[in-house]
Amino acid sequence: MNHIENKSRIDPELRDEMAKQNIFITSLDFIYNWGRRSSVWPMQFGLACCAIEMIAAAAARYDIARFGAELFRASPRQADLMIVAGTVTKKMTPNVVRLYNQMAEPKYVLAMGACAISGGPFIDGYNVLRGIDRFIPVDVYVPGCPPRPEALLYGLMELQKKIDSQTFTKAEWYQKGLKREFPVPELGPNGLIPKFNPEIWQPREQDARKTRYGQTVLTGKKQKAPRLEPVAVPPPPAA
Amino acid sequence: MSETILNEPQTLEINFGPQHPSTHGVFRMRAVLDGETIRGLKLVIGYLHRNHEQIAENLTYPGVFAYTDRLDYLNSMQNNFGYALAAEKLAGITVPERAEYIRVIMAELARIVNHLLLVGFLLNDLGAFFTPCLYAVRERERILDIFEDVSGSRMMCNYFRFGGVKNDLTENQLGEIRKVVSRLPAFLDEFEALLSKNEILCMRCQNVGGLPKDLAVNAGITGPMLRASGINYDIRKTDRYSIYDRFDFKVPLGQKGDVYDRYYVRILEMRESVKIVEQAIAGIPRGEFLNAKTLPLLRNPRLFKPAAGEAYGRIESPKGELGYYLVSDGTPQPWRYHVRAPSLINLTVLEEMCVGQKIADAIVILGSIDIVLGETDR
Repeated sequence: MNHIENKSRIDPELRDEMAKQNIFITSLDFIYNWGRRSSVWPMQFGLACCAIEMIAAAAARYDIARFGAELFRASPRQADLMIVAGTVTKKMTPNVVRLYNQMAEPKYVLAMGACAISGGPFIDGYNVLRGIDRFIPVDVYVPGCPPRPEALLYGLMELQKKIDSQTFTKAEWYQKGLKREFPVPELGPNGLIPKFNPEIWQPREQDARKTRYGQTVLTGKKQKAPRLEPVAVPPPPAA
Repeated sequence: MSETILNEPQTLEINFGPQHPSTHGVFRMRAVLDGETIRGLKLVIGYLHRNHEQIAENLTYPGVFAYTDRLDYLNSMQNNFGYALAAEKLAGITVPERAEYIRVIMAELARIVNHLLLVGFLLNDLGAFFTPCLYAVRERERILDIFEDVSGSRMMCNYFRFGGVKNDLTENQLGEIRKVVSRLPAFLDEFEALLSKNEILCMRCQNVGGLPKDLAVNAGITGPMLRASGINYDIRKTDRYSIYDRFDFKVPLGQKGDVYDRYYVRILEMRESVKIVEQAIAGIPRGEFLNAKTLPLLRNPRLFKPAAGEAYGRIESPKGELGYYLVSDGTPQPWRYHVRAPSLINLTVLEEMCVGQKIADAIVILGSIDIVLGETDR
């Protein structure tokens, strides 16, 4: 990732002379990215446990406002960054994808926590989506269960680096015919239809869980119910 | 919500959530409005159903501890406590004296954390956006520092073990806890000076969302919500689990059961928790922090095979009665595992409390119930 530097072809002496007159010259990319990365507005969108750490990051001690990202917007139309903070269940997935579609370009996604990345500790659950990157493209992954606020801030800094590396002329969202609406999955009787968006995610050829456990999902076989001793109920007192 | 209300010409059905800034997570409700007045309200839950019980039934008994942390993610220590009680009852494990004291200290600190955050979020819902929350989170961070010091993690502590706790508390840590706790009464005074007699808070909260006594009892409401309605029921007093019979503390009660009472009961409970922690620090004995007999079971979790039977352990969590029901069939995995989640059961009276109130008050009433979606949907 290349940081775009404040370079210009103007004679440095002339530039210094103009700076004395309060005229500053820079490249458009630099000033544009500087503005964008200094005011990343996240969406106020907490799913589970990680949302509490996101709140802690927004509070006085960690203070996400130092990075210009303190303005949590409740509406996706006003947000630049979607922090997927917590477990995405299959029932919630259509809503998450729809919220992403409603955000205005340029938009970024930060997957916060093990659950949003891969399903995390709940990967064996029948109702848990194994990673939000199956349906929407993710820019930054912040691992942890939950990640500390410092980790979230580091993820935000990585995102700022990514923003810095983008150039004005080649930006996707200024190209013609950009299509960044992702199909919203449907919750069917046996999970999501489709199970993933093949444009952005394909299943791996080797599934580590399958090679290790022999199956992708850990399911136990339940035998008969244990025979419990009936509890002796004391007779009701005579009236 | 009956069809007749929906068919009236002037009613309007609106949807809150699951993505809404004041639904405390991914909670969703459908409200039928007549002007601004709520005529009916239906909950739609399950957006955070993470299969807690199903996953736990495929794990070993000690392995479930890490998952109980994520039930009610504001106070993981209390969740550990309830599960530890249930499993110890099932397997007949005794807990050393010092471990009991450490458990009570941690559980009461977790209660303070939970109530602090609740008050902050309630004020968020009232429109005081994030300012009271900043004060609450500031104090919460100090307690989380203690949790991190003793257990290694800020939020998901995973600190309790069968027959004790994971680490011993050093003298330094006890001093640190004493220091943090001694700050709290002054902080609560400051908090209350800003909030409790604030005219806007009083007008928004008093006589809003009242919960009558008989409805509270019949619906199975527990915790601060029940006590705000004026019923003296606290499992720490009635059950006297662990060593709660040794401490001198009061159970604060409300009168009317409105939102203000629910707010104030929690403030008073924090003061009582401070008392308990101070008494526990003063009385903590020396000794072992983990029952030595359970150590091999924890090193090799598949050896932990309780005899066939069932057990129910319950505690007074900050939200209400948190119960764990375990059925063992003699194998390393529990045959059945069920959580009685207080925030799910407290949520069932939301419609009764909201009907007839204004739409803006429904948010406040929801905030005063103190739900955590991880526990509601499991």
